[in-house]
Amino acid sequence: MTEIGSPVAQPPAPPSAEVSQFDSSATRKQWQVILRRFLRHRAAVIGFGIFVVLVLFAFLGGALWKYDFTQLSLGRYKPPSGDHPFGTDRLGGDMVAQTIRGTQFSLQIALIVALMATVIGVVLGALAGYLRGWVDTVISRFTDLVLVLPPFIIAAVLVRNSFVVSVAGGGGSNWLIVAIYLGLISWMPIARVIRGMVLSLREKEFVEAAHALGASTPRIVFRHILPNAVDVIIVNATLTVAQAVLLEAALSFIGLGVQSPDTSLGLMISQNKNELTLHPWLFFIPFTFIVLISLSVNFIGDGLRDAFDPRQKRVKA
Amino acid sequence: MFRYIIRRLLISIPLLIVASFLCFGLTNAMGDPLGEWKLQKPRTPAEISLAYERTGYNKPFLERYVNWAGDFVTGDWGESVVPGNAGKPVKEDLLKSFVVTLRLIIGAEIIALALGMAVGVIGAVRQYSIFDYTATGIAFAMFSMPLFCVALVLKAGGIQLNNWLESIGGDRWIITAGPPGDGFKGSFGHQLFQYSGAYILPTICLIVIQFALYSRFQRASMLETLNSDYVRTAQAKGVSQGRAIFKHAFRNALIPIITVSSLNIGASFGGAVITETVFGWSGMGKFLVEAITKLEPYQVLGFMMVTAVFIIVFNLIADIMYAFLDPRIRLD
Amino acid sequence: MSGYDVTVAQRSGPDGRTGEKLLRVENLSVDFPTDDGTVHAVRDVSFTLGPGEVLGVVGESGSGKSVSSMAIMGLLPKTAVIGGSIKFKERELVGLTYKQMQPVRGNGVAMIFQDPMTSLNPVYTVGWQLAEAYKAHHDVSKKAAWAKAVESLELVGIPQPDRRAAQYPHEFSGGMRQRVMIAMAVINDPDVIIADEPTTALDVTVQAQILDTLLRIRDETSAGIVIITHDLGVVAGMVDRVQVMYGGTVVEQGTVDEVFEAQRMPYTVGLIGSIPNPQMLGKRLTPIKGAPPSLMNLPPGCSFSPRCPIAVDECRTVEPLLLETDRHGHFARCHRSAHLATIPNPQRLFAHDEIGVVENPAALTTANPGIPVAEDLAAVERRLHQEESPTS
Repeated sequence: MTEIGSPVAQPPAPPSAEVSQFDSSATRKQWQVILRRFLRHRAAVIGFGIFVVLVLFAFLGGALWKYDFTQLSLGRYKPPSGDHPFGTDRLGGDMVAQTIRGTQFSLQIALIVALMATVIGVVLGALAGYLRGWVDTVISRFTDLVLVLPPFIIAAVLVRNSFVVSVAGGGGSNWLIVAIYLGLISWMPIARVIRGMVLSLREKEFVEAAHALGASTPRIVFRHILPNAVDVIIVNATLTVAQAVLLEAALSFIGLGVQSPDTSLGLMISQNKNELTLHPWLFFIPFTFIVLISLSVNFIGDGLRDAFDPRQKRVKA
Repeated sequence: MFRYIIRRLLISIPLLIVASFLCFGLTNAMGDPLGEWKLQKPRTPAEISLAYERTGYNKPFLERYVNWAGDFVTGDWGESVVPGNAGKPVKEDLLKSFVVTLRLIIGAEIIALALGMAVGVIGAVRQYSIFDYTATGIAFAMFSMPLFCVALVLKAGGIQLNNWLESIGGDRWIITAGPPGDGFKGSFGHQLFQYSGAYILPTICLIVIQFALYSRFQRASMLETLNSDYVRTAQAKGVSQGRAIFKHAFRNALIPIITVSSLNIGASFGGAVITETVFGWSGMGKFLVEAITKLEPYQVLGFMMVTAVFIIVFNLIADIMYAFLDPRIRLD
Repeated sequence: MSGYDVTVAQRSGPDGRTGEKLLRVENLSVDFPTDDGTVHAVRDVSFTLGPGEVLGVVGESGSGKSVSSMAIMGLLPKTAVIGGSIKFKERELVGLTYKQMQPVRGNGVAMIFQDPMTSLNPVYTVGWQLAEAYKAHHDVSKKAAWAKAVESLELVGIPQPDRRAAQYPHEFSGGMRQRVMIAMAVINDPDVIIADEPTTALDVTVQAQILDTLLRIRDETSAGIVIITHDLGVVAGMVDRVQVMYGGTVVEQGTVDEVFEAQRMPYTVGLIGSIPNPQMLGKRLTPIKGAPPSLMNLPPGCSFSPRCPIAVDECRTVEPLLLETDRHGHFARCHRSAHLATIPNPQRLFAHDEIGVVENPAALTTANPGIPVAEDLAAVERRLHQEESPTS
């Protein structure tokens, strides 16, 4: 209630403090209900548990585990044993240490991608849907353009262009570039969904009411329209995390992803793709971790979707 | 309707121009296609300038683009430029790859769509049944696996199967190096044997990913229509359950899935990079990866133009289907 | 079984059939087990309906009105637990499978749904959907079914029915779509029509036309009609008997005149107090304080007791039964109905000062006729325009 239009001829102001108080308590209650519903979704809770364990493993495991990923020559191709639960790789590095590091990079990349895709997608989608007209046309055409460009060409530029590589740290640390690149090609679905939602939400009475009260355009978009799309945004952001882990792996497989000395689960798999029959643990351990990340995040997303929108379970009374 | 189609196609021409220009810029930014060649051994300045002359790379960027665009419109899609690989016409190579991709994806798309729709509909009608939980679990697992791992495991399994077949005195069945270049030969039975051996694994690979998408999508849209007011109206009229499900719920649930699958099929003409790479099919995906690796500008551009046209056309098809299936939508 | 079956205002149908009951609902209850607990959507509802009778079921949203009607149609989700008995022409409907119910739906009992905007299938023409309803119960050719569809559109007063039949629902206005819904309900000449909030989604002017159409059809076909509504205005004009529902059960029941003139349950008093009424000019509307009860954990005793101005301890501990009051044929589920009968002007029970910033504007104008009621329209527009231009 801070941006009411002109000071003249206002209708008697509604008791704003009371309204907002009521609002926030209602909001809090709604979040409690969502949380309760989420906690009842067994697969989602298990997924959440796995995800937390994976995050702890990736970010604290390195400090706790007896071997460091830089320690090599511990004996090559040792199968899993008490000393090396995941065995050792072709250089004699401990696979637990390597997996911790790979998981860490994969998670970092996935979270950055999800954040970027969500921010870009929501902003462009909301602008297109709310402003319509030429803004919508420009944004929609731009979305088409990004969809039409060959998906790997930007990756190729980023990985190969000597200038970009040198800017990104000279030493060849490129995981951040890969993350940013993936973020740049992952926002389109979110933008389309949000655009569609905003297009229909902007016609709703409460938007009209906010407009009539003189709320500014950014306020209408950010305080009135987007909160109504928050469920869609959160669910899509979650699913983007899962997508990004898999995309990064695919990119590493064709040689346009993360490059050594950085690593990722995808890179580990593709480095060990020829060990599949002889030293299967080298292939299947990073594979399992990718599946665990992606599966747990997908289940979290599914649980959130059900918690936000229990329509299909609810009964009209 | 006809005017709408024409207008939509005309609108996409500027998109193609901008996209091709951007694509040209990006290939340029990847690096100099002659860069590696120059470093292989000492080259004389004369040699170098001749090479640049031949490829047209001595001219400024903009001029090269305009030349390419002019040639492209008249049907000349350029040649490969990297020495050692130079002089191959882009159009012919691309066409060959396109045919390979087409043969691979058509069957897989149709099977994945049919299977996904069937499983999605049954899952929605019997929500929370054992079937639904199983289908959901499988779809989630498929969603969560990196495709190239699936492909690699399938390939390893295929080789094991071949070894086993050989050990019991049979022929090696699974072909993991793409379809034979000179086509299938021999008796009809033998041809069928070879054909299935070449197609089965890549097709499974492609179905895995598409099936998961289609079945989840179909289930969601079907649940929405099954719970709609108009299905309740139909039931209240006294029609059979089957009629309410298929004539009313399914007919409406078709609209989103048809739209999504046309968009998806349009995009799939760009090739299945991973499947093609793992199983040695020289389709569009492999074409692109090779073109990018070698820094072949005209090959990348040719690829982009072909795939972009398909994406645009299938976007249009999706809209037309939408209007066809939903009388509320008007195209004009 | 039910000790309080009402046979008030026995109207003889136009064709003289009396006494014979089409629909007999006894002790109906519907529970929905959900993740959050069991929802007791309907408890202990009983009523009967004869040919040509019109029964009004009144209550706010969530009072179990729509669920009872869906139970009669056999269209509740499989998770619903239904108790009691629903008899249609002496045939028990509770427990029938979808298939066994099929001949009854649309043919014996037809339903008109609340929202005409979403209740018609958008991808088929109106004629197709009407013909489908007819063909579901009659073995006729497509052409004959179409002719019947056109005929039924004409019956509900849609102009140019042959042309309109070939159009899609989105080409119809809201009122026209509701007419189509009525046509769909009457096309098979059903014995019972259940109209669930038939006018809620419509303009006031259209509402009256729709209700007239319904009554005309009742006169022509002698069908029994159940009108479910939260709008007492609808009920007052056209029904014979009224059932007031609250918290999933019937709290008061009787003829329209009885219920409107001599309420024996405080909830009905409050409900009637919240209708605008010309005699009330100068007074404020009196809403009922508080919110309807959660059907998941109903308050102990009478479910209205937390909001009731005359509740006593008994109301909060013992659930009252639906019993005949001091007036013949007038039933109420209230421990205090005898006390309520002694209060001369029960409306004032609900009078309180809670909401509203401006006192009743009507009162303001009557007190001071010189007060400007509206700004000059042009001035308002000018101001709005000025306010908008800097921001946009």
